[in-house]
Amino acid sequence: MHLMYFTEQPMSTYPQQEGLDFGATALMFSNRHFDPVSGSRLYNEYIEEYKLAESVGIDGIMLNEHHNAPFCMQAKANIFAAILAAVTERMKIVLLGNPLPLAENPVRLAEELAMIDMISRGRLVSGFVRGGGQEQLAAGVNPAFNRERFEEAHDLIIAAWTREGPFRFEGTHYHNRVVNPWALPLQKPYPRVWVPGVISRETIVWAARHRYPYIALNTSIESTRNIWKIYDEEAERCGYTAGPENRGYLQQCHVAETEEKAIENARQFRWMQGEFTGLAHPSWASPAGYSSPNNRRAFVEFSVGRRENPRGITSFEEQVEQGRIICGTPKTVIPRIRRVLEETRPSIYAVWGNDGTVSHADSLSCIRLLGEEVFPAIREIGQELGLHSPFDVDAPVSLAYSPETDRAEVRRQA
Amino acid sequence: MDQATEWRTCEPVIAGGALHVMRCGDGAPVLILHHDIGTLDRTPFYDALSRQFDVVVPHHPGHGRSERPEWMRSVRDMAVVYRWLLGTLGLERVSLVGLGFGGWIAAEMATMAPSLLDRLVLVGPMGIKPPDGHILDQALYNHLEYTRAGFHDQAAYDRVFGAEPPTDLVVEWEICREMNFRVAWKPYMYSQTLPHLLGSVTAPSLVVWGDDDRVVPQSATGPWLENLPDATLEFVENAGHFVDLEQPDALARLVTGFLVG
Repeated sequence: MHLMYFTEQPMSTYPQQEGLDFGATALMFSNRHFDPVSGSRLYNEYIEEYKLAESVGIDGIMLNEHHNAPFCMQAKANIFAAILAAVTERMKIVLLGNPLPLAENPVRLAEELAMIDMISRGRLVSGFVRGGGQEQLAAGVNPAFNRERFEEAHDLIIAAWTREGPFRFEGTHYHNRVVNPWALPLQKPYPRVWVPGVISRETIVWAARHRYPYIALNTSIESTRNIWKIYDEEAERCGYTAGPENRGYLQQCHVAETEEKAIENARQFRWMQGEFTGLAHPSWASPAGYSSPNNRRAFVEFSVGRRENPRGITSFEEQVEQGRIICGTPKTVIPRIRRVLEETRPSIYAVWGNDGTVSHADSLSCIRLLGEEVFPAIREIGQELGLHSPFDVDAPVSLAYSPETDRAEVRRQA
Repeated sequence: MDQATEWRTCEPVIAGGALHVMRCGDGAPVLILHHDIGTLDRTPFYDALSRQFDVVVPHHPGHGRSERPEWMRSVRDMAVVYRWLLGTLGLERVSLVGLGFGGWIAAEMATMAPSLLDRLVLVGPMGIKPPDGHILDQALYNHLEYTRAGFHDQAAYDRVFGAEPPTDLVVEWEICREMNFRVAWKPYMYSQTLPHLLGSVTAPSLVVWGDDDRVVPQSATGPWLENLPDATLEFVENAGHFVDLEQPDALARLVTGFLVG
């Protein structure tokens, strides 16, 4: 298994009542509530937590980015990835990921990622995402072309990494006169690409078509199984059989010395009033054209207050019941994690350990318990269940580089 | 229903996509271009004009029952499609009545073939950056909030759409919104080049504004009046942005008087 640590890097010192009064903590919630002094402290605490994660044997750090919101302090995942490339030695740096549609020049992303891969001596996993709905508004990027831009930016980045320059790229949304980056990834053919997601069928199918592992973000066991069903069927159509190496799962899981403390801290997973990406304004979270047409009606109803969030809102107790939030001492969380692994069989397992106002000391304690007690047991369970990661089995980076694939045909199509 | 309000429809294919076109009445042809929220099939304003004119009301590409052209990228593209439509319908010389977003399309059309234009009417037109304030950005509001903002009197909104518009209608607004984003996302709802081209418009133009338009700031009247060579400005009292829906009779009187004048 590949076992990772993740935190949203919460900007926990903003005045929470102000957010409740405003009714949203994303996009338009004023940055007059942002305090750079505590921001500076928190960034440095997060770096210390990541370094501890490596020293207690955790395999990777999962990083992400969001904009205009206190639930996530990372405005640029590549900055933390670059820091970790220099201050850590062994762990994977897993970006889940760069929001491709927000990029006006994907070649610049290709350069940044190549630099991170070289500086880290080949430890980069370069996940890609579409970016949240409100991020399209924050970046001024057209939500109606979000998916097209995602796919095209991906194609351009992979070309920049694998095709000898200089060449010209004339796409629909991206037009690059000269692609010839003098920074190329150390890993060949290119760093692994993992694709996280929550709901969109199109993204699952796209990941399966590329044979990129799909990382289900804190979905219920039932939803996760549905995701694998969609993925597996598409994989078969593409001529390969998907397995645990194609599957990842992000789990909210807080571990503490006592049950009481673990429950108290785990309640912080709900610090955004149960919203996954901050207390969202429904219209900003789902601008027109951003969501799958299949979900259009549901998001419209949500937008005008006629139904609950289609992404799902459940109470703390329900989330614990569904296994989406796990908390306790190492002894009590291990069997619960085992159940999730048995039911969904991922080989990539990320623990979202700390959120909200969980203290630095408790965060460090959680990471230590994860690395020293929980993950060693999970690794054994993974062995027993045959959950071998893409690194364990040296899985192909993509379908185009799979043994089943006719390389010449792939090159011709490219 | 009298003969003058007998509406018929056709679905010509223009630039690869079917356009849903409603038509009614006899007389000089008038092409009405609707708002950014699509259009109802029948409105008192359309009916009023159809009593004196041959009124053509297409659903914009990607709105209502017209197909969405995946290739379309700009309001100018829409204007060319409508020029093409007029040719297909055999309507050489027409008057244009553009409502809000439709006003932008009408103005673009006017600059393309000035000699084929009889009269130009722009009602609270988008398309030019207001010197003061911003065009209300629908991306930041839900559909009910945005549409309500277009009315001076909320009772008028209730009368037109119902106090709680049916979800089917809100879904239609969402589909319109997606198309609006595809053609007018950035800069939002205006063209930086249009003001420089309006000097070619030789037809008399009437610019109408609701006296309480909270969608397109009244400051935009300045550049329209400065750049259109033969334009007059009128205000309709007790009207928001959707003047045609809120004060249909007053607007119809104003427009009819201008078109026959």
